[in-house]
Amino acid sequence: MNPKPETSYPKPRPALGATRADFPILHQQVNGKPLVYFDNGATSQKPRSVIDALVHYYERDNSNVHRGLHALSMRATDAYEGARTRIAKFINAADPAEIIFTRGTTESINLVAHSWARAHLKPGDVILTTEMEHHSNLVPWQQAAKAAGATLRYIPVLGADAEGGLNLAALDTLLTPAVKLFAFTHISNTLGTINDAALLCRRARAVGAVTVIDAAQSIGHAPIDVQALDCDFLAFSGHKMCGPTGIGVLYGRRALLDKLAPDETGGGMVVTVTYEGATWKPAPERHEAGTPNVADAIALGAACDYIDSIGRDVIAAHDHHLGQVAMEKLSAVPGIRIIGPRAGQPRGGLVGFAFADVHAHDVVTFADEDGLALRGGHHCNQPLMRKLGLTSTTRASFYFYNTEQEIDVLVGSLHRIQKFFVG
Amino acid sequence: MSADLTELYQQVILDHNRRPRNRGKLPTANRVAHGNNPSCGDECSVYLQLDGDRITNLSFDGSGCAISQASASLMTTQVKGKTAAEVQKLYDEFHHIVTTGETPEEISDLAAFAGVHTFPARIKCATLGWHATLNALKGDPITATTETHKD
Repeated sequence: MNPKPETSYPKPRPALGATRADFPILHQQVNGKPLVYFDNGATSQKPRSVIDALVHYYERDNSNVHRGLHALSMRATDAYEGARTRIAKFINAADPAEIIFTRGTTESINLVAHSWARAHLKPGDVILTTEMEHHSNLVPWQQAAKAAGATLRYIPVLGADAEGGLNLAALDTLLTPAVKLFAFTHISNTLGTINDAALLCRRARAVGAVTVIDAAQSIGHAPIDVQALDCDFLAFSGHKMCGPTGIGVLYGRRALLDKLAPDETGGGMVVTVTYEGATWKPAPERHEAGTPNVADAIALGAACDYIDSIGRDVIAAHDHHLGQVAMEKLSAVPGIRIIGPRAGQPRGGLVGFAFADVHAHDVVTFADEDGLALRGGHHCNQPLMRKLGLTSTTRASFYFYNTEQEIDVLVGSLHRIQKFFVG
Repeated sequence: MSADLTELYQQVILDHNRRPRNRGKLPTANRVAHGNNPSCGDECSVYLQLDGDRITNLSFDGSGCAISQASASLMTTQVKGKTAAEVQKLYDEFHHIVTTGETPEEISDLAAFAGVHTFPARIKCATLGWHATLNALKGDPITATTETHKD
């Protein structure tokens, strides 16, 4: 995705409200109020078609994949490999073999941090990342750098509220040929900042650095074309894009994946095993030891179908619209401090905010009484919180099934909370 | 506002949250312990001045939700002058209150936390300062966390 939302996003489509009918979970009351689910940054809800795909698999096709010659195993294998092909198409990978199934973004990043870093990092090398990373795209690199005697450097964020995004001017000094790997988030889970992934990949390529994109927050929210981005690795989770928990993807360029030593070894990923040793299959099998998560992979394929039936450009436009509406309405709440891009600036579909006198967990407990599902805390972003002088924020994160009316519920709730605690 | 929420955020709790008692570092402290709840980010440091096993003075410092800060503040007012054994007994009573909602008649302000029992996720907030104090009394240098405890 080229994040130029101010020009390229189509107008939000009002008919998106109809998608709510596809999500059984949304039709319930919480504490006597209609559920307002604003915790999509943590996990999205699942449409009926994804739930049906799971049920269908377990009721009709469940079997172990590969090596099976019976009907069920062949069906399961076809569906599992079909999901791989479907997901390759979803991100425009050149080859389905470039899709490695993992448990989620964290495992995907760890796979690169273990296998790639172990083989390629030397003392004196630099891993570059940013100050806005989720712990899952930060701690694995800290560990990899420590193990190799390499240095981890951070692109700073700009502004007291990180409203300026990444300091791209710092790239000139930070992105040197000593940088062997550059890992960055596509959309910040805490700030809502949309990074220009294509630009960052281009800059990294110019110095020969391998790129890793954390696409956890963007995968279900914006068109992603790994060939256009020209990234080396891209990691995401299924559960934030209408899919099940426990399934995710590591995309890697085939040339890199085939050379990458496996992080886990065992059944399914070997060609020949003797008492003395073993040889590995090419990607993707070499990186998928053991029985894979067949059911959830298949359901993730169904999630791709569902999301594409709406259109990721439409979802991105809706996110942008709700983000702007939320910025405008939340700004009017007394005592609020909103972090991340300012109103009018490109922003993913989430808003993080804090009150000087009310802790995020008190906000979340209160809002829950109004049927609102929010998230409060450090959002797995402790160093950034510290830098911004915060211990926690409250986050409202949206998806295509959310509405402007739901933002009004949030605003009303925040007014009451502020009044209760501050007077 | 629901009855449960009114019960959770009693006036006593709001008052301690707005005007915490014994807040800050105690210069005369001879025991210190820190508590945190990593997933919340709640933090609480407790500074004890011990004479034998009796707390002659104490303070707390930290940041977190109203429940954790008010509980730590109220705790400091309850344990001053008490021996380690008396503090443990008081904590056991407090723990019973926040996990069951049952309030024994003889206990005063601690009963304000009875509403916590209907919000199980917040029990660890209410007990954080207490755990730090119990650790300080034991001379346990390990950071207390209420997240690995069942309570």
